[in-house]
Amino acid sequence: MSLAAGPGTEAASLQPIDLSGVDAEQAASWYRSMALIREFETTAEPLVMQGRIPGGMHSAVGQEATAVGVVGALAATDIVTGTHRSHHITLAKGLAPDLIMAELFGKATGPLGGRGGHMHLADLSKGHFGSNGIVGAGLGIALGAALAASVTKTGQVAVGFLGDGAANIGRVWEFVNLASIWTLPLVIVCENNLYAVETPFTQVTGGGDIAGRASGFGLPAFKVDGRDVAAVHRIAAAAVARARGAEGPTFIEALTYRHGGHDVGDRETYRTKDEVERWRAESDPVLRLRRSIVDAALLRPAVLEAIDAEVAAQVAAAVEFAESSPYPDPATLLDNVTGIDMRIRGNL
Amino acid sequence: MSERATLSQAYRQGLAEEMRTDPRILVYGTDLFERGGHWGQVRGLGSEFGRDRVRNAPISEAAMVAAGVGAAMNGLRPVVDLNFIDFAFGAMDEIINQAAKIRFMWGAPMPLVIRGTNGVAGGGAQHNNSFESWFAHTPGLLVAMPSTPADTKGLIKSALRGEDPVIFLMHKLLAGLRGEIGGAEDLVPFGRGTVRRPGRDITVATYGVTVPRSIAAAGQLASEGIEAEVIDLRTIAPLDLELVEESVRRTRHLVVVTESQRHGGIGAEIAAALSESLYDVLDGPVLRVGAPSVPVPHSAPLLVLATPSADDIARSLRAATAARVS
Repeated sequence: MSLAAGPGTEAASLQPIDLSGVDAEQAASWYRSMALIREFETTAEPLVMQGRIPGGMHSAVGQEATAVGVVGALAATDIVTGTHRSHHITLAKGLAPDLIMAELFGKATGPLGGRGGHMHLADLSKGHFGSNGIVGAGLGIALGAALAASVTKTGQVAVGFLGDGAANIGRVWEFVNLASIWTLPLVIVCENNLYAVETPFTQVTGGGDIAGRASGFGLPAFKVDGRDVAAVHRIAAAAVARARGAEGPTFIEALTYRHGGHDVGDRETYRTKDEVERWRAESDPVLRLRRSIVDAALLRPAVLEAIDAEVAAQVAAAVEFAESSPYPDPATLLDNVTGIDMRIRGNL
Repeated sequence: MSERATLSQAYRQGLAEEMRTDPRILVYGTDLFERGGHWGQVRGLGSEFGRDRVRNAPISEAAMVAAGVGAAMNGLRPVVDLNFIDFAFGAMDEIINQAAKIRFMWGAPMPLVIRGTNGVAGGGAQHNNSFESWFAHTPGLLVAMPSTPADTKGLIKSALRGEDPVIFLMHKLLAGLRGEIGGAEDLVPFGRGTVRRPGRDITVATYGVTVPRSIAAAGQLASEGIEAEVIDLRTIAPLDLELVEESVRRTRHLVVVTESQRHGGIGAEIAAALSESLYDVLDGPVLRVGAPSVPVPHSAPLLVLATPSADDIARSLRAATAARVS
């Protein structure tokens, strides 16, 4: 991994984050989660290029703080749904990296037995109600999970992630409206990473203000620095408390940036290298947290280095596990399409 | 079976009985709580079950179905009532890409019912679609198309006790059809058709509104000495081809009847499947009766041409049996 304390962490341009009120345990937990996501993504990317992971991949490098800040504010029984770019949310929700990696490889040992893959990760038993390959769709599932929580009074909160591209999908605003009028325990997190595939946010977003659109539906809407895990966590914790208190949904627009292209192998002809470098240098969310932890003397650098080594070993083991796992049995192809048996003679 | 009810009343009674015993069931859609839906299909349920379980929704089909998907994943058994199935097109991603695939991808049950009226009754092209074949073509969805009050009640009860997403289609012209209905435990299983009229000479495979039309056509043929067996498939996903095959082995002739378009529809699938499996048994080609490939027109003389009638069905029955008769 490229996180070793070095030039990146020392860069004068790296903006510090406010860790007041954050203890060493919390800081270590955030750092471990974010470093794991960074390590997982940077390890998986070349495996996609080599064809060892089939089907492409959308890397969440640069967006670690949104997942860790938001999911860290949830209870284990709470629910999240993600977008096509959701490895960070999946890892933050506690799915093991070896199992996720096996799913990416299409192996039987993945949590979905290879039926989901990179874009459709889920584990309902852990409150992960799916990454979703269709822009905006995950929010709809979170909406429904929140409806069930409200009707059956489970006390659960649901979080639906979306991107800036989804802000131009009409049904997203159907979802926001329904959550608002039914006062559902939903937290809506828009990760605005400035690009919808290759199209800049500013080119396609009328009014230029996603949170502003949301506020028109009668729910609190906030913008937050999505590359500052502490700031994300503070606003998410407030939104979760509001939802848990049956006060209704909250919309959070987390301003962030995608370090890589839309997908692995993207040639990135639509933005300059300088632009990417400026974002990395000023606000790489992992390096900002790392530097601020050291500056605040919350953890010694040696502790952070030990965490780096641990997550590197964890991800290396995940690749080994995925590589050595079996593929699904071909005889299982038609299993579990429906609950009832559709295999009436001649029907398949 | 002694109580009589209309098809809409039968649906309502089946839903209400299940809601009384299963608190996980809730129903929502436009104009439901006070009005009881555009067909009276949930009339009275609002006052019995309250606003938490009988909800008025905004005209947001995507949000209604999406909420149903997520709620089903989190322990409820939602019934999304779209009033007209034509409005499902605003929620196609939620139906096809989400509800239908979640069990396969994520291993989770998806007990979601999406109800709508379908078929041709007048009112032009956008409220009279018969696109049941679209849904039946989607792996993971069940599609019910009852033609009697008893089957309507029995099938909605099966849907509400099952684990699968169900497209529940009730024909506009059958809403007021009166008939006997079953009791609280008279369930009709998915994937099992029934013989509505026995006959030895030719088999008619159909479902929904063309069941009574096919029975009327069979009546015409009877006076000409040809006895047609009419099979009501009741659900088209799953599809009870076994029952059709069993019948065709005896009659050696088959006509498939749908109100929807002949081209590329479930009727074509039935015809192809039987042509494959019973090629040696059939005494002639499998014929199809269905609509031409045209949007449903408004004007009456055009509408007649676009809608298969009992006379159209009778003509096909005569053509299919012509070789044998002559």
